[in-house]
Amino acid sequence: MVTVLSRAGIWLALLLASILAMVGAKDTGFAIQMGIVALATVIGLWVSISKPDYSRLANGLAPPVADQSKYYDDVIRWGVIATVFWGMAGFIGGLLIATQLSFPVFNFEPYLNFGRLRPLHTSAVIFAFGGNALIATSFYVVQRTCRARLAFPGLARFVFWGYQLFIVLAATGYLLGITQGKEYAEPEWYVDIWLTVVWVAYLIVFGGTILKRSEPHIYVANWFYLSFIITVAMLHLVNNLAIPVSFLGSHSVSYFGGVQGALVQWWYGHNAVGFFLTAGFLGMMYYFVPKQAQRPVYSYRLSIIHFWALIFLYIWAGPHHLHYTALPDWAQTLGMVFSVMLWMPSWGGMINGLMTLNGAWDKLRTDPILRMFVMSLAFYGMSTFEGPMMAIKSVNSLSHYTNWTIGHVHSGALGWNGMVTFGAIYYLVPRLWGRERMYSLRMVNWHFWTATIGIVFYASSMWVAGITQGLMWREYGADGYLVNSFADAVAAIHPMYVLRALGGVLYLSGACIMTFNVWKTIAGSLRDEAPMYNIDHHAAADHPLVAAQAA
Amino acid sequence: MANKRIDEPTGTETMGHEWDGIEELNTPLPSWWLYTFYACILFSIGYVVVYPAIPGLHSASQGTAGWSSRGQLSQEMAAAQTARAPMLAALAATPIEDLPKKPELMAQAVAGGRAAFKVNCVACHGSGAAGSVGFPNLNDDDWLWGGTLTDIQTTLTHGIRQPGDAETRMSLMPAFGRDGILQPAQVQDVVSFVRTLSALEPKSAASERGSAIFAANCVACHGPEGKGGRQFGAPNLADKVWLYGGSREAITNTVTNAHAGVMPAWGGRLDPVTIKMLAAYVHSLGGGEAFAKPAEGAAAPATAAAANGASNGQP
Repeated sequence: MVTVLSRAGIWLALLLASILAMVGAKDTGFAIQMGIVALATVIGLWVSISKPDYSRLANGLAPPVADQSKYYDDVIRWGVIATVFWGMAGFIGGLLIATQLSFPVFNFEPYLNFGRLRPLHTSAVIFAFGGNALIATSFYVVQRTCRARLAFPGLARFVFWGYQLFIVLAATGYLLGITQGKEYAEPEWYVDIWLTVVWVAYLIVFGGTILKRSEPHIYVANWFYLSFIITVAMLHLVNNLAIPVSFLGSHSVSYFGGVQGALVQWWYGHNAVGFFLTAGFLGMMYYFVPKQAQRPVYSYRLSIIHFWALIFLYIWAGPHHLHYTALPDWAQTLGMVFSVMLWMPSWGGMINGLMTLNGAWDKLRTDPILRMFVMSLAFYGMSTFEGPMMAIKSVNSLSHYTNWTIGHVHSGALGWNGMVTFGAIYYLVPRLWGRERMYSLRMVNWHFWTATIGIVFYASSMWVAGITQGLMWREYGADGYLVNSFADAVAAIHPMYVLRALGGVLYLSGACIMTFNVWKTIAGSLRDEAPMYNIDHHAAADHPLVAAQAA
Repeated sequence: MANKRIDEPTGTETMGHEWDGIEELNTPLPSWWLYTFYACILFSIGYVVVYPAIPGLHSASQGTAGWSSRGQLSQEMAAAQTARAPMLAALAATPIEDLPKKPELMAQAVAGGRAAFKVNCVACHGSGAAGSVGFPNLNDDDWLWGGTLTDIQTTLTHGIRQPGDAETRMSLMPAFGRDGILQPAQVQDVVSFVRTLSALEPKSAASERGSAIFAANCVACHGPEGKGGRQFGAPNLADKVWLYGGSREAITNTVTNAHAGVMPAWGGRLDPVTIKMLAAYVHSLGGGEAFAKPAEGAAAPATAAAANGASNGQP
């Protein structure tokens, strides 16, 4: 009873504090954000009061103890649903801004213009979709590969709900125009502090589970997950160092300025790609690919070498985002050479993933989920080759600031991160909800093809658009004068913008199929459908040879 | 735990560990992978030696190639400058009136003007110089302040309605309706008359009344036939070109409130040679006028289409 009361008391205190902050807010945006926090505390208060079994409490019985012989999967189930939900939100946002770029009439001022929706899209897909996928799968994988129940389940619930609050605060903030103006680090100081709290809790849950493991060795997937959690914490803390203008307002001033600020920002930005979208998702890959292929990991030695090489080299590659800028030449050089050296360590993950299928390649014909993983590794390999190539200064002088960069990012994000996450979702949903299989494997196949064709449209249209832009911007006439104005280049790539949006439509429709499939699986239905692959059966030939005819 | 076994499909030994059913093979590093990795590292070391790379306390290593991004920029700029220098000098020495006599120089000026236009002018006049409502189309032969090379040069240098520039193009149409010079009904009549000038509507009682009002109020600038007057930048009202629209509503608004479009005085921002190039480019777009014989061209009707052929300095 005392715990129930003290918990409710804490929620009440937080509610009062957020209401006070809302009343004393210096700007409307901050007041609205604090209102959202207040709403979250009301929900917390209601749950903490309504959930306990008061009849047990009245009889002086302790609350029921969870079954320690089972993995703690509640938070993972929520995480899978959140991944699907935020994925849809992010993909729809992406399609909308692609449409805005093709047809500016779709900008709805002021809340739904491109400037505010673009960070909403990137944060929704990277942090909401990708982040939830990483948190959910890391909790799933770390329990299984440590043979240990998740440490601190209560804290894990806090991580999940706290992370959702972070997403909601960030997203609503963007629409209200609240931003630090740092790419992929747009949320303001108070949201950053909140994420720090959540992230430390995440580290404690994940690290605590590793510490209580029953296996003697730590599986490679967990190295990657751990490096992702620790490095993201470091990146987040440093890049978001800022001084709030007021503790009751939504504005802050960055601790770094000028070219130093730019370098810190891209040290952060590049390693958000390196540790969030690469290391974290490699952790995912290292569990789900061998599980789905039912094959041993290709090379333990390669996993060690490429892990440490990747971790060591990635962190220095950020300056390649600032080629030919005010950044000193020496830093640009180092950014470039570290990116070039990163090529093979990145490919180590692709090799280890693809070659794990040795002895199981035939399954690609029958298993659309495995096909998804293989396609994701193929896109991973392609974009981790493209990245070092684009970091080479002479290539970068053509590609920088063009849509080639956008195409590169999306072949990685849609191809690698998206596909591996979809595969993991299809692996997890039947197991987490105790179903025999997904509602429909044929729908998985449809998802695979719509997504793949969508990415092809997206990436190839952006390559053409980017190279077109790059060439048009640098085109000089015989007399030494620029040939094209900026607007000429915009007009030239308009058809590519439309094709890109078409790719987005395909990718989104694949995700809609997945959402339906996941929904039906959770609801407990199995679609009555022909299996994906059958060996032909010739009934007519299925009889013994009768010798009597000859006689 | 050491449960090493030979994996059947690959014939490779496992490491003997197992996590949730996942084993690992003890495959050696693929040699192509390892040697490519080494090659990348060697390339990087070489690159670091050749280019600026190693930071010190106050400066960084300069690299054996002596390359710097600022150095490369100034080199390329200097090369471009040198290549263009004779042309720029020739252009500076040639009065714009003489440009049509030097076709080669004219062509170079037009090329330079095209580039400068894309940087400085497209924001208002559009990337094809087709203009938009309130911003004149520079492709046609309808000129407010004159379409010869010198006229265009003057407009560019001193701008339109730019306070602070003594020679700026200056004029002001009265806001006939807003300031009560004409009553709303009179405005409607004069609008009717103006629209008859370019046959947008048939003559009517209203336009007849408007004709008298026009004669009393408008001819001083727009001329007795409404064909405009260039010394005031007064548009030709008898043609089909409408800067602010030719609908009844648009002309009513113009007569009621008047317009006074502005253009920057580029003389304060661009060097004389660039302005000369811009004038040559705008002149070349299709509506450029040849220099009139000795007489002034101020009130001359803007029917220079016939002069186009010769206007580019191409015989």
